[in-house]
Amino acid sequence: MNQDQPMKGQQIEAGAPLLRVEGLRTEFETRAGAVRAVDGVDLEIRRGEILGLVGESGSGKSVTGLSLLGLVDPPGRVGGRILFEGEDLARAGERRLRHIRGARIAMIFQDPMMTLNPVLSVETQMVEAVLAHARVTREEARRRSRDALARVGIPSPEERLRAYPHQFSGGMRQRVAIAIALLHAPALIIADEPTTALDVTIQAQILFEVQKLCRETGTALLWITHDLAVVSTLADRIAVMYAGRIVETGSVAEVIDTPRHPYTRGLINSVPSRNRRGQPLAQIPGMTPSLLDLPRGCAFRPRCPRAQEDCQEEPGLFGAGHRWRCFHPEPVPAMGPATEVRA
Amino acid sequence: MLVFIIRRLTQSAIVVAVMSVLVFAGIFAIGDPIDVLISPEADEAERAAAIARLGLDRPMHEQFLAFAQEAAKGDLGRSFVHGVPALDIVLQRFPATLELALAAMLIAVLLGIPLGVWAGLRPDGIAGRTIMTGSILGFSLPTFWVGMLLIMIFAVTLGWLPAGGRGATREILGVPFSFLTADGLAHLVLPAINLALFKISLVIRLARAGTREVALQDYVKFARAKGLSARRVVGVHILKNIMIPVVTVLGLELGSVIAFSVVTETVFAWPGMGKLLIDSILQLDRPVVVAYLMVTVLLFVVINLVVDLLYSLLDPRIRLGGSRS
Repeated sequence: MNQDQPMKGQQIEAGAPLLRVEGLRTEFETRAGAVRAVDGVDLEIRRGEILGLVGESGSGKSVTGLSLLGLVDPPGRVGGRILFEGEDLARAGERRLRHIRGARIAMIFQDPMMTLNPVLSVETQMVEAVLAHARVTREEARRRSRDALARVGIPSPEERLRAYPHQFSGGMRQRVAIAIALLHAPALIIADEPTTALDVTIQAQILFEVQKLCRETGTALLWITHDLAVVSTLADRIAVMYAGRIVETGSVAEVIDTPRHPYTRGLINSVPSRNRRGQPLAQIPGMTPSLLDLPRGCAFRPRCPRAQEDCQEEPGLFGAGHRWRCFHPEPVPAMGPATEVRA
Repeated sequence: MLVFIIRRLTQSAIVVAVMSVLVFAGIFAIGDPIDVLISPEADEAERAAAIARLGLDRPMHEQFLAFAQEAAKGDLGRSFVHGVPALDIVLQRFPATLELALAAMLIAVLLGIPLGVWAGLRPDGIAGRTIMTGSILGFSLPTFWVGMLLIMIFAVTLGWLPAGGRGATREILGVPFSFLTADGLAHLVLPAINLALFKISLVIRLARAGTREVALQDYVKFARAKGLSARRVVGVHILKNIMIPVVTVLGLELGSVIAFSVVTETVFAWPGMGKLLIDSILQLDRPVVVAYLMVTVLLFVVINLVVDLLYSLLDPRIRLGGSRS
């Protein structure tokens, strides 16, 4: 029954983005007042595109991902427009969202130790995911689950299907989560730091695997991470998030080679690189501001080396294609890429 | 698995042995049965004969050794009052108590888990708060008082349900049960609710705490992100996780419900082991009291073992006796 949905999606004018987020706002009511974790975020993802959403802890990037699927726990409130295949998910009911979750938009979470239910077998957790969206027999659902495990490179899938999550390593569990996300060939996968909890070699394998599978199936990917080095090898475009807002967005080359927002520059400089071996690592002074007590105007102002008087006003977005939210952007260097961050 | 069971059975045997010593020593502390058993008019010779017949003239350690020897053969002595084997008297009363205890546990689970999960999912809602306030009442109202209140309302004022006794029974394999007849079931309702009240509150609290904790886990969010219905997320993903502590505590509680249904059985004149214990203590019928306590100890030991086995069924991370992983 979800089989006809991709067709419906493709009938929308060619070239229209798969997902367009306009003015996304997510607020949490707390004792100390309303906290706006996401404040007017605009995003666009085209079919098959990989968008890296980069930011520090507490910048609102994870909440953005959860907001898109209506998975923010109460007392969180989501506002703005989330246009996915021509439909506004921000106004869709729980019933409608349930049909989209897992089928058209899938999600992968950060900690593979926590995303699989410890008391249910992998088979149970995969078969139920198949049956949530496809009217097939249990045997057919089981066959699809086994094939999905094989596709993400899990050896002897038939046997592993009967196992419980604790019998898998972290990397293998994340592969299972990816296999579940791919079950219904979704148009978009939201991946919230899926490699952060893994060690480096496994991280590289998973990155490669996800990239390959997304390219094969034409699945778009929203890759949420704090790791600029990872995202620069993987993504087509990058959006940098700070204190609930997008402060810079553009293609990977634009943002990495010629960052315009001082915060992006700071992030790039704090990535360890082989070119600067032996030198002290640059860091951004200060800490992410509390969302309850944001500075007036530009939220990065107190930590910014380029801040001036007029930064007390809220900056708009400058530029076209490559855009930044800063009155005093970094100058574009005259020659070549300024930094090597590709690890 | 087998190794685990053997080890547990050995431990259990030690527990039973230690308990038998304590029980035997304790029974000497509650009084001399001779004064109750022999008529005051009896002369010295009759008195001495009775004491010798019951073996009460020998020192305590000799009495214990004689008791332990017979107990190992399954003979816990004869009732001073009724003159029949004490174990038979206790076991004869056992089905009534077991039936009452199981009915109470069933009510506790069927009411407690849904209410607790509901309160856990909406901790700040009106329903959630009402449930929690109700559970405080369940904890704090004394059982005998609630029992009398239930009799006052449902038996005396409304006349809907009988006030005491077991009612008509039907036998399965020679053991009488009340719940198989309409009349017996009507007799069972009030005492079962009375005995269940405390357990319902306990289950509500356990289920609520578990639900609040589990609902925040990533795997619940991931289950929702798979597009599962709320019913499946709560009924499978959350429920299966909170059942682990609930089963553990309920298993242990089952033992205590059986052992200490004394109050409810007394209030509702339910002819179970609890009532037998009170009667036997009043008559200083030592062998029956000892037999009752030994049966209770055995019950606790068996139930604990069953709970441990159940635990491993519910939580695949616990594989007893080291299976392959």
